[in-house]
Amino acid sequence: MTETTNTVAFTPERLAKAQEIIARYPDGKQKSALLPLLHLAQEQYGWVSPEVMDYVASLLSILPIEVYEVASFYTMFHLDPVGTHVIEYCRTGPCCLMGGEDAYGYLKSKLGINTGETTPDGKFTLKEVECLAACGWGPVFQIREKYYMNLTNEKIDEIIDELSKD
Amino acid sequence: MPVKILTEHINVPGINTFEVYRKMGGYTAVEKALKTMTPDEIVEEVKKSGVRGRGGAGFPMGMKWSFLAKPEGVPRYLVCNADESEPGTFKDHYLMKNNPHLLIEGMIVSSFALGANKSFIYVRGELMYVIHILEKAIAEAKAAGLLGKNILGSGYDLELVVQPGGGAYICGEETALLESLEGKRGNPRNKPPFPAVKGLYQCPTVVNNVESIANTPWIVNNGGEAYAALGVGRSTGTKLISVSGHVNKPGVYEIPLGITVEDFIYADEWCGGIRPGHHLKAVVAGGSSVPILPANLILTLANGDKRLMTYESLSDGGFATGTMLGSGGFIVMDETTCIVRNTLTFARFYHHESCGQCSPCREGTGWMDKVLDRIEHGKGNMRDIDLLVDVAKKIEGNTICPLGDAAAWPVSAAIRHFRHEFEWHVTHPLEATKPGAVYRGEMELV
Amino acid sequence: METTAPQLFKITFDGIEIEVPPGTTIMQAARKIAEADSTKMHLAPPAMCYYEPLKGSGGKCRACLVKVTAGSAKDPRPMPKLVPSCITAVQDGMIVENTTNEAVVETRKGIVEFLLLNHPLDCPVCDQAGECHLQDFAFEHGRVQTRYEEERRTFDKQDIGPYVQLHMTRCILCYRCVFTADQITNKRVHGVMNRGDHAEISTYIEKAIDNDFSGNVIDVCPVGALTDKTYRFKNRVWFTKPVEAHCDCEKCSGNVTLWYRGDEVIRVTARKNEWGEVKEFICNTCRFERKKTSDWTIEGPTKVARYSVIMANKYRADLKKPDFGLKVAASQYKQIDDSRPFVTDNEAIRELSKENNAKANQRSLAEKN
Repeated sequence: MTETTNTVAFTPERLAKAQEIIARYPDGKQKSALLPLLHLAQEQYGWVSPEVMDYVASLLSILPIEVYEVASFYTMFHLDPVGTHVIEYCRTGPCCLMGGEDAYGYLKSKLGINTGETTPDGKFTLKEVECLAACGWGPVFQIREKYYMNLTNEKIDEIIDELSKD
Repeated sequence: MPVKILTEHINVPGINTFEVYRKMGGYTAVEKALKTMTPDEIVEEVKKSGVRGRGGAGFPMGMKWSFLAKPEGVPRYLVCNADESEPGTFKDHYLMKNNPHLLIEGMIVSSFALGANKSFIYVRGELMYVIHILEKAIAEAKAAGLLGKNILGSGYDLELVVQPGGGAYICGEETALLESLEGKRGNPRNKPPFPAVKGLYQCPTVVNNVESIANTPWIVNNGGEAYAALGVGRSTGTKLISVSGHVNKPGVYEIPLGITVEDFIYADEWCGGIRPGHHLKAVVAGGSSVPILPANLILTLANGDKRLMTYESLSDGGFATGTMLGSGGFIVMDETTCIVRNTLTFARFYHHESCGQCSPCREGTGWMDKVLDRIEHGKGNMRDIDLLVDVAKKIEGNTICPLGDAAAWPVSAAIRHFRHEFEWHVTHPLEATKPGAVYRGEMELV
Repeated sequence: METTAPQLFKITFDGIEIEVPPGTTIMQAARKIAEADSTKMHLAPPAMCYYEPLKGSGGKCRACLVKVTAGSAKDPRPMPKLVPSCITAVQDGMIVENTTNEAVVETRKGIVEFLLLNHPLDCPVCDQAGECHLQDFAFEHGRVQTRYEEERRTFDKQDIGPYVQLHMTRCILCYRCVFTADQITNKRVHGVMNRGDHAEISTYIEKAIDNDFSGNVIDVCPVGALTDKTYRFKNRVWFTKPVEAHCDCEKCSGNVTLWYRGDEVIRVTARKNEWGEVKEFICNTCRFERKKTSDWTIEGPTKVARYSVIMANKYRADLKKPDFGLKVAASQYKQIDDSRPFVTDNEAIRELSKENNAKANQRSLAEKN
């Protein structure tokens, strides 16, 4: 095995933001910044690799294992590489009542992939998630920060076609 | 028109900006509290109001506040629980994205009342866009001198921090939330000690739901007695109800506690009735964890009276014929709903969300999920149905936190009231596994 | 100067009264009763995650749930739920029911079932067999049959260094090894990943657990999830003879237990008390590298605690009334007779079981009358 060089680092803007976040907790409690920093890292890299987690650990002066434990607990963090757009659709009861299963079936057939998979062009990754707290506006999926609600087949066409352009 | 405490101005254009919020009378509670009241007086008003925790447990908020330990020289914290993730519940999401300043104002008066100088709003990570809305609102309030050092010249300092979660339902449990806020896995703590004594960073802490805190400006402005005058009995004030499922108008409604369930479902002011051509089959009244009730039981009590939208009336009859108001996640199902399938989605949810720390929940939630999955897919047997009831019983009450109960109740209640549907899946596997198949045998619809 | 005697709390545990200092947990009080009278050993609640030497342990497995029928003399109301005895402090006048409470016994059956759901039950090939707390817990508190028909969750075996093997499928997530790494080493590299029933002990990116005290995770593990690679598959614990020994070690106290098969030291462990808890943690050199009798000063035979089948066939046990007593076992140590022939003749076994059946039938008849 060759030694990997650790080239992971926040962009200057994100590093400044990270430092601002770390500073907002009481002295000695900087570990509280862990989740915000992981979000920041995922925003930059798309996923959180072991190298990224080691980097975050070093910023907070905590052990790498503490970061692995936390990152693997929370479902928002992608521990493996993902496509450009990660579509996270809600599979919980209320969304199912609102027609979720049909809508997601359509979404899968449109993308030609199943849950957990990425399209061959690397554009879309499909993930199943639990309740997104938008039950009355279901079916719902989320791509990055944006919620797409009251989904119909037509709406799904629109969204996917739009995102496929770039 | 009934009094609206939380949503009166929610449709005013620009209410999410400081100017408009201020123009509509916002932040007057901060002025009143900081300039004319002592912290204890505010606590007293909240006690008088009788407002109960809106996150699900319904514990009187004033009493929770009065439990807060106040040792000399130790900071105290207020943490707002905005980790809304109970299936069926999306009221806090609605409130925060539309009227962020109401929560900020509530956080200021509540923090002042509790003597906290640094307070946190823990928002589920999926709602990152709402976090940005809240952060913008905080910056505006700070610029107006309503946050930071020496607020309105009162000598009181407060800093508000919005903390994102990372995708874990369990962090809605208050001690798991505190662990998460400390940068750890969201494993609930054993209690005692309670957060009021040892909470965030082992300091005395109050954790309150978004809606609970958003009530405090009105209570400060109008007094606890005025609040207590609304509602019925120990169900005082108003309540946000998140409605999903087969009604004409799903969404979030602020109701005066005490209207009838029937009115709530059928009146145009609220849900507007069941979607055309369909009939009410069942309701989960307080978020996925509370017992499901068939149409007749949700509308009427055992004694024939109409059931009301209050903590007491909804739980009337215990779990035999009643349910709970919980977080107000009102999930309505018509006759096209397969109860087995719906119960499976709930069981799958709790299986997915168990932290895995204590054995009954870690192992039991997965077990129920797998058995239900078999039944739903025509591979169950009659023994499985009683097995589910027994597994639920073995989980309930034996876990570190209420997630175990939350996972057990929906399963046992579904079997309690809809056993024939489970049996039908066992006896008619071919029929039951056809797409969209629903039991159409004997059942009461309304 | 006058000193006042420290105030003691009086509690009743399964009908037995005991006085303990404030701050004592129900578990500790129960163990105190058992330690004073070895015939009451079985009254102490079982502990699968609680481990007294490890700060913060306990509260997770729910094996030790008990019923508090009176909270205290001041507030004699019963506690609404069963409480974990390992982390619940006693109050003056508290009344606790353990083996005398049906709900407790029934719940405990459920806990056994839960812990065994995803356990591989590979006891025949597991190094821990015979000294496995889960085995004992299931035997003493479980029901005979499981009702679980689903697929079991499995994990791949993980190598975590030259000495320790991690067999995650057997793990019951007691967190003891995590506490151990936190509290007796300076840099923890393993922990709990993921969540729910997919939670696992792991180093995440494969890494050796490499420090002088890493071997202690083997001793604290209640099951065969963390095993000693230098001992792996070499023997069955009931064929071995434990002997107390010490050496002059520069890293640890050097107080250990040597496990002999014939003249050969096949395993070295820390010494444990009657609850299976390590008395003093030992270093890896003692554990893994000092396997010659000449490395050690021998003190004498180990007093064998209940959690070991090495008592079986070696100590005379009263079958009608199981006696888990440590003191009794120790006093009978001299009676070991390894030369006793095993019953290998099938006919003889059948005869023996017929005899036993007849006796049992007579007993149950007598009870009915």
